[in-house]
Amino acid sequence: MTTTQTELEPGASPGPRPTATWLNPEFLASPAVRAFIALVLVLLVGILCNADGAFFKPGTHRDALRQASVYGILACGLTLVIISGGIDLAVGSLLALVAVCSARMAIHWGWPGWLVVPASLAVGLLGGGLAGVVTARLRVQPFIATLSMMVLARGMAKYVSGGMKVSTAVLGADGAYHSVPVPALFRSIDTRILGDNVSVVTLIFLVCVGAAWLALARHRWGRYLYAIGGNEEAARLSGVPVVLAKTCAYAASGLFAAVAGICQAAQEQQGDPEAGAGYELIAIAMVVIGGTSLMGGRGGMGLTLLGVLTIGYLDKILSINAVPEAARLMLTGVIIVAAVLTQRRARS
Amino acid sequence: MPRPPSASTPLPLVRMQGITKRFGRVTVLEGVQFEVQSGEVHVLAGENGAGKSTLIKILAGVHTDFEGRIEIAGRPVRPRTPLEANALGIAVIHQELSLIGPMSVADNIFLGRTPTRGGLVRDGDQREQARHWTSQLGLELDVRRPVEQFPVAVQQLVEVAKALSRKARVLVMDEPTSALNAPEVAKLFALIESLRQRGCGIVYITHKMEEIQRIADRITVLRDGRWVGSAPPAELPAAKLIQWMAGREMSEQFPRRAARLGQARLSLEQFSVFPPAFSGRAAVEKVSLTVHAGEILGIGGLQGSGASELFWGLFGAYGRAVRGTARLDGQAVRFSCPGQAIQSGVGLLTNDRKASGLVLSLSIIANATLAGLRALSPLGWRRPAREREAAVRVTAPMRLRAASLDLEAGALSGGNQQKVALAKWLETRPRLLLLDEPTRGIDVGAKREIYQLMDQWTAQGIAILLITSEMPELLTLSDRIVVLHRGRVTAELARSEATPEAVLAAAMGQIQRQ
Repeated sequence: MTTTQTELEPGASPGPRPTATWLNPEFLASPAVRAFIALVLVLLVGILCNADGAFFKPGTHRDALRQASVYGILACGLTLVIISGGIDLAVGSLLALVAVCSARMAIHWGWPGWLVVPASLAVGLLGGGLAGVVTARLRVQPFIATLSMMVLARGMAKYVSGGMKVSTAVLGADGAYHSVPVPALFRSIDTRILGDNVSVVTLIFLVCVGAAWLALARHRWGRYLYAIGGNEEAARLSGVPVVLAKTCAYAASGLFAAVAGICQAAQEQQGDPEAGAGYELIAIAMVVIGGTSLMGGRGGMGLTLLGVLTIGYLDKILSINAVPEAARLMLTGVIIVAAVLTQRRARS
Repeated sequence: MPRPPSASTPLPLVRMQGITKRFGRVTVLEGVQFEVQSGEVHVLAGENGAGKSTLIKILAGVHTDFEGRIEIAGRPVRPRTPLEANALGIAVIHQELSLIGPMSVADNIFLGRTPTRGGLVRDGDQREQARHWTSQLGLELDVRRPVEQFPVAVQQLVEVAKALSRKARVLVMDEPTSALNAPEVAKLFALIESLRQRGCGIVYITHKMEEIQRIADRITVLRDGRWVGSAPPAELPAAKLIQWMAGREMSEQFPRRAARLGQARLSLEQFSVFPPAFSGRAAVEKVSLTVHAGEILGIGGLQGSGASELFWGLFGAYGRAVRGTARLDGQAVRFSCPGQAIQSGVGLLTNDRKASGLVLSLSIIANATLAGLRALSPLGWRRPAREREAAVRVTAPMRLRAASLDLEAGALSGGNQQKVALAKWLETRPRLLLLDEPTRGIDVGAKREIYQLMDQWTAQGIAILLITSEMPELLTLSDRIVVLHRGRVTAELARSEATPEAVLAAAMGQIQRQ
């Protein structure tokens, strides 16, 4: 950790020490440790309230992960945007738009998977990129720019679908509905592999986590996003292409929303123009509970992964214990605030 | 010789005595005295950092932990908040106006003490009173319009109206003419005259010699936080005033190695800069200067000289809002964004490392490599090991005191933060460094280290343009000095001709012929 050429200042190191011991307050204050503790606490609740052993069944975990995956994919894109100091409210609507588009392409038009996937991704990329241009180039506040995109994309989803779910019941020439087979693409996404133990959507989610981690932690662009979120003026004066980097963040967020949209359509075996409503808020909660700062500049994909697991498991544990949805929502709200409050105390 | 404030004059509106103020271990004011009589324009003069603003902030209730006494009309007081100072009849009209742009003129004048009945605002009353106060200042305007729709000069008058409506007896004006044109200045001075005749006391802070001579009834000079003297302008001609302001012993000499000048590195011809905040006006007007490889060219000037704007304009930080020619090693350049300037080997250290210099939430390594990241990651993928190497290479000669290069920059002391900000530019292997206040807010030891580094860099052939508000620093580090006043060059001095008096006189607008 310590570099040889820098002078050591004994006893006055202001930040976290390189060699942290357990229960050292500085160690406990690091966001990663806090997010991890939150996850462990949630899992402990699961072990204690295991609903007669249901918590210990592999299927429970498989389902918890599968159910969290679509939100988690959105959270990957949101992490990029939030670290750059922005916010993206459009991902839920973009998810619906892409779900509808991919369902039309795959079910109605019978396009093969290799064509549906890139075309669907392009829709998300364009939608996100447009919001990015509006906020980064035209300097509209990210909240407003993505709010507009959220409404616009929802409208487009309804336009493309004609206001109805795009399902495998297709209106034929004779005026009657015929059932067509579920496209191969959807079937292959909505399956489980590794001896029925892992859902394909969970794998897709993990690939998304890996891609976003590479961008943030190993690519110049990621460093630019941190710099912009931390101090946009200093970043600009250091030669960071602020407009381009920010636009790309929103475009990437749209791309992840498109991946989530394809997964959603595959799991529902249809394109629902009403899908994904409110998903953006759950995904934002996942990012924030992980410890990525809404002020921008701090955070990371590892934290978001912990946040996704925390909220995903919390939801699953409450549902296997048959906590009614009303109480589940209220509890989740309280827990999000509590988690963020403890993180704020850690920083000050 | 400076004379002590005489005791025979009538009771002053405000008398401050033995004012001492410390920030941590730094003493910024020591035993300062100051008084304002009724019907007097009292100019407070001094270089940047002389302690003028601190003294005013004490009077205005912003700084409350100080030593000394304040008397208002003979009664000892100690304002603990700006509101209390207001109630005591003291109003400060700041350089950055404290009006709320989208609110109406009337709302602004009565902010915080809106006339109400049963909890509801009595708009009619408020408007009528607002009209009364603005018309007292000869201001005919619609008080229902948002204050931001009026030019700065009018906004300033609204501030004065606000002060008068609060029955202020003492008005402090901190460089009120910095954003005004000539007719507006004439109007303001007429207003000051009428305020004086009503018996108000005016404290007027300015860096302009011409204004001092025009309106002062009395001048008090501060230097390095100490009271130098008070005298009427008749007893204080320009030369003597400058001597009072600048006459400091050069206590600490820094041995600058004799420069070996190379080719002309940067030459500006008729270079003008139009920053967005100046709404079309030039902050820098037709400046011509040359700096050679291996040379430190000091840029002297007081607040509002346009020196920082010159740097930003040159660096492409204002986009294309510049005019004139800039040649870098003989080649005409016009940077439209900082990235282009960096590619051409120019670095800009801004004068505010927290606001525009560093990303405090990022590590030392990330900050030190931010400007050169493009070269360090040619294909886009970062190479952390190479970045660490680069950061070690540039920080090693700086004797950076940090437990680890992975620490957040925000965890470092001011001096070490400044070194990281400098390291960022060194890492880009620059040809020309624009250094704006490179030693602001850091301790003496770190200052000396930065001086030494600048010496080394010039020995390597880097050209440096240096802005500093510290006169000794400017005089000892610069091989030549160009002085700016309100965006124009008023003097160009060789190292041998550069005296504090000559620099200061030029900085206050006295044009010198060579």
